[in-house]
Amino acid sequence: MATRRVRVLAVASGGGHWVQLLRLRPAWDGCDVAYATVHPDAAAQVPGARFFSFKDASRKNKASFAIVALQLFRAVATVRPDVIVTTGSAPALLAILFGRMFGARTLWVDSIANSEVMSSSGLRARKLAHQCLTQWPELAADPVPKYWGAVL
Amino acid sequence: MSPTSSDTPEVFASVGSMFAFDRFARALDDWAAAHPATKVLVQIGSGAYEPKHAAFVRMMPPGLYQRRIAEARLFVAHAGMGSIIAAIQAGKPLLMMPRRLDLGEHTTDHQFATLAKFAGRDGLHTAITVDDLHAGIDALLADGGTPPAPIEPFAAPAFTDRIRAFIHGSDAG
Repeated sequence: MATRRVRVLAVASGGGHWVQLLRLRPAWDGCDVAYATVHPDAAAQVPGARFFSFKDASRKNKASFAIVALQLFRAVATVRPDVIVTTGSAPALLAILFGRMFGARTLWVDSIANSEVMSSSGLRARKLAHQCLTQWPELAADPVPKYWGAVL
Repeated sequence: MSPTSSDTPEVFASVGSMFAFDRFARALDDWAAAHPATKVLVQIGSGAYEPKHAAFVRMMPPGLYQRRIAEARLFVAHAGMGSIIAAIQAGKPLLMMPRRLDLGEHTTDHQFATLAKFAGRDGLHTAITVDDLHAGIDALLADGGTPPAPIEPFAAPAFTDRIRAFIHGSDAG
């Protein structure tokens, strides 16, 4: 059985994605957690944890994706997480992809902002991640996305 | 020249941290021009429009951001979840204006859906147009109404416990 703590890599883009990830912190209490997000200043909010930043890229900014891919690959390859948890956005799909290459189990939590339809990234995550959640019960479906609760 | 941002602003406004929102920044600047006695600070992100009457910053560290919200009389922002959660956690009235897809202000119109879900909660106020925004600032500075109800800093245990079970491999979903 496990002789070391479970390694978790918690990933989120900036703004609301990051704020939502922080509200989920009790889920990985006691784990060996590392964080990856876009704003280096955010490290101050998670003292004591390993911290990686990646370039702010969205579907508006496709050219940045190669850089983001390298940064997230480095984070995943360094941490070698057992589990990846993310609240989005699109770049986090890359983290999930890389995590799977290293054998991590992966969880996508679609942003609570997506109250009428899943985000386009969340729709992709239904197939890419091991588990995919919506934060609105009316959007839950079988087999995914599931509704386990919401950050608010 | 932009006024100094060292003094505590009465109105703190933010476009969030991901995309520009020049229509919003300009609206706050126009309001500030008409109300020179009121200190206004706008976080404009990557926007091209730089306010001339309001003070502005591009981006501030999260800790300072939270303090600005806590110290302001009114928080004005795009209808993003980061802003909504920050306002609720600070117990500060929030006036929010949604970004529009047709103006290139976001990748979808989901901020309108966000408004529909969260408008009407204590302390969360909405403005669809710039005129609404100006009227809303005037009204909320005159009477801030009921602030958002305080909440715990973390999501409900029922939710985080389920994620914890996934992390430890004991919840196959």
